[in-house]
Amino acid sequence: MTSSPVLTLNGLSKTFGSIQAADAINLELFRGEVLALLGENGAGKTTLMNMLFGHYMPDDGTIDIIDDSGHTEPLQLGNPQASIAAGIGMVHQHFTLAENLDALDNIMLGSEKFLNIRRNKPQAVQKVQKIMNDSGLVAPMDVAVGKLTVGERQRVEILKALYQDVKILVLDEPTAVLTPQEADKLFENITAMTRNGLSVIFISHKLREVLAFSNRIAVLRHGEKVGEISSKEADERKIARLMVGEDTKISSRKKIKVGAPVLELDNLTISGSSKRESISNINLSVNKHEILGIAGISGNGQTVLANAISGLVKPSSGKIKIDGKTITSNDPSSIIQAGVGRIPEDRHKDGIVGQMSVAENMIIEDLNSGKIQSRGLLNREAIMQHCSDLSSKYDVRGPGPNASARLLSGGNIQKLILARVFEASPKLILANQPTRGLDLGAAADVANRLLEARQRGSGVVLISEDLDEILSLSDRIMVIYDGNLRMAETHNRESLGLMMAGEIA
Amino acid sequence: MIRIEPRNANSAIFSYGVPILSAFIALILASIPLWFAGAPVLISYVEMAKGVFGSKFAFSEMLTRATPLMFTGLAAALAFRAKLWNIGAEGQLYLGAMATAAIGTGLIEAPAFILIPLIITFGCAAGSVGMVVPALLKTRYGADEVVTTLLLNFIIIIFLQYMLEGPLKDPMGLGWPQSSPILDQGMLPPLMERMRVHSGLVIAIVCALIAQFMLARSVWGFKLRAVGENVFAARHAGIKVNRTIIGAALISGALAGMAGVSEVAGLKGYLTSDLSPGFGYAGIIVAMLAGLSPIGVVISALFIASVFVGADSMSRAMGVSSYLADLVVSTSLLCVLIGGFFGRFKLVRTSLKGQN
Repeated sequence: MTSSPVLTLNGLSKTFGSIQAADAINLELFRGEVLALLGENGAGKTTLMNMLFGHYMPDDGTIDIIDDSGHTEPLQLGNPQASIAAGIGMVHQHFTLAENLDALDNIMLGSEKFLNIRRNKPQAVQKVQKIMNDSGLVAPMDVAVGKLTVGERQRVEILKALYQDVKILVLDEPTAVLTPQEADKLFENITAMTRNGLSVIFISHKLREVLAFSNRIAVLRHGEKVGEISSKEADERKIARLMVGEDTKISSRKKIKVGAPVLELDNLTISGSSKRESISNINLSVNKHEILGIAGISGNGQTVLANAISGLVKPSSGKIKIDGKTITSNDPSSIIQAGVGRIPEDRHKDGIVGQMSVAENMIIEDLNSGKIQSRGLLNREAIMQHCSDLSSKYDVRGPGPNASARLLSGGNIQKLILARVFEASPKLILANQPTRGLDLGAAADVANRLLEARQRGSGVVLISEDLDEILSLSDRIMVIYDGNLRMAETHNRESLGLMMAGEIA
Repeated sequence: MIRIEPRNANSAIFSYGVPILSAFIALILASIPLWFAGAPVLISYVEMAKGVFGSKFAFSEMLTRATPLMFTGLAAALAFRAKLWNIGAEGQLYLGAMATAAIGTGLIEAPAFILIPLIITFGCAAGSVGMVVPALLKTRYGADEVVTTLLLNFIIIIFLQYMLEGPLKDPMGLGWPQSSPILDQGMLPPLMERMRVHSGLVIAIVCALIAQFMLARSVWGFKLRAVGENVFAARHAGIKVNRTIIGAALISGALAGMAGVSEVAGLKGYLTSDLSPGFGYAGIIVAMLAGLSPIGVVISALFIASVFVGADSMSRAMGVSSYLADLVVSTSLLCVLIGGFFGRFKLVRTSLKGQN
């Protein structure tokens, strides 16, 4: 590490309407350093990085960045091109790859002149090869990105950033979709790259990896930087307290005698159009008062399994029994009728109709209920009353019942869905990645609600990639890999990780 | 750098002011070609206003022109709200018109209070059939309804020509390809004596009011909006998506069919193959201009009809080419559509240095 920082943020501020998304944030980044940026959702991490990358124009403050000759220069604000030229690269949480192009084309995309007639592919291949050798990030270059695994796609994203000769690499939740082993490998590669002088900022919710792989940790809360500690001196409790301002507690799991099965899958097979969309011979049962955790890396059949239980896809063969009764018409409304509450994986796509109001989204599954409508006409007062009751009961905060649901934050959208699901007192709850992208507070809230439901007598299927969540909530754990489901005998992260990677059956 | 961002909340002044301002800009722009053509600009616009508001007759003509636009505008607005792209209102209009001619020209002899509802029922049903077929092809086989509804227009128009040369041809028509006249008791009553404006206008406004109410307050409207805004969430929530789409298709087709009923049984009295100068397509513009709101459709149909009728009468009064009238119409539409865009979105200039 040299003494002068490669990047300095001086008092960056940004307001959106009445919300102070970033409040005079100062931050320094040194050469060869890994800085972890932590904070709850809405703490201002993404806003800060978007200002750094030129996507947002700060209201106040400056950014200084070191140029190739070692001089510190102010960065032109609000201009992504200037940020790229200054050597800042960003890898977004959601991949921004063109799935039908191969990895090499994706990497070259954007770094070629529009009017270039001849493309110098050999030179590009050489350059990518060199980056791969230096960093250890290896991905096949000649395969369409759509056919790559999630881990490979992420490596392509990072290679794409490195291809632009970055000095500063920003990674937004890079391990959200990786196995523990893949994540460890990624951080090894990052460490290797920092040895060559790259500086890295990574945003994460996972305290464990933040502690293991960063040099320094900066914590944001409500748009302010509330702390900065060296990773050596930090521990999980200390950081969590900085992030949320208090200790979050997940209520402890009491042992409960399980009841009769509420969900039985009997040799369930779905042959989808691709391997990712197929599952074969799935057998499982979930009982009353029980949480069954299904661990696995996304793309191994979770989505199609969840869709089958939600009624969105019809099984090719096999049976789904809910509360002892075989489901014959596989559509969402019969599944809801049978007493299944579903928390969808993609809450923006499947969970809410963003353009419709919060109140309307609360009742979207009860359109047949006599409280909501009579003779086909909606009872507005009842809907408003229902919305305000549920909003206070489930702590849904936002601009009000008549506002579009899309205006809610991610955590509040999830609370809206929770309110809808739990209010129906379901026999079975299907929770698919229920805390993905949520801050600690909201995630703890989801966990507590699931435990409450278990206490009340619901059976819960918890599908998650977050091993900590699976381990802390589940009574039994199964692992899904390549469309097959296996019971995990031992509940520890190493063996589960290996099962998730398909190493042990 | 200039970016487009949606506006979150609009003041009432803003949402009414923008279209009015756009209309003014349109008039200013359209005055350039008028000036080149040698017509005194101000007098031309006075003539245009006279053509709409200058007399009882002029006003009645405007309302007459607005009536079919309201029906086809509603047909487009309701379908579009469900993201069902019905481009086939023109064909459905002719189906409704053919049904009117088939039933109203003597097939059934009945008093008005039976015959008129009968004509309306069959006209709407014919329009519905014209839209339900593409909707079924969409829900069953995933056929793109933009293509199927558009192509059906041509099929229906050729079918119409066959019908007018064959089964529906008026034997007393001196060989002209037109239907026999609608029986007197089958005609929609006129609203004003010796004027062409007819009770189709009242039906159109009532339809708009009902549609507005149903969209906002009924379970049917809720489902339609949910399917249109986010089909995935709607399906996940247990809404029967295909059923909702077919329902929207039925109503949309019926409204377009009603445009045909109203033109044949309200205005012309018989069916010809040039019944509609593109009312089906103009309905799309009406609906877009109205932001897909049924009440808005009534207003935007009145606006478009005013421009059409006013520009027409101006070109006749000033002795300038009728193409200039078309030019005035299209400039107005463009300006109001662009204005509507700026009403919904704002351009944000992100300056490279300093504050924005």
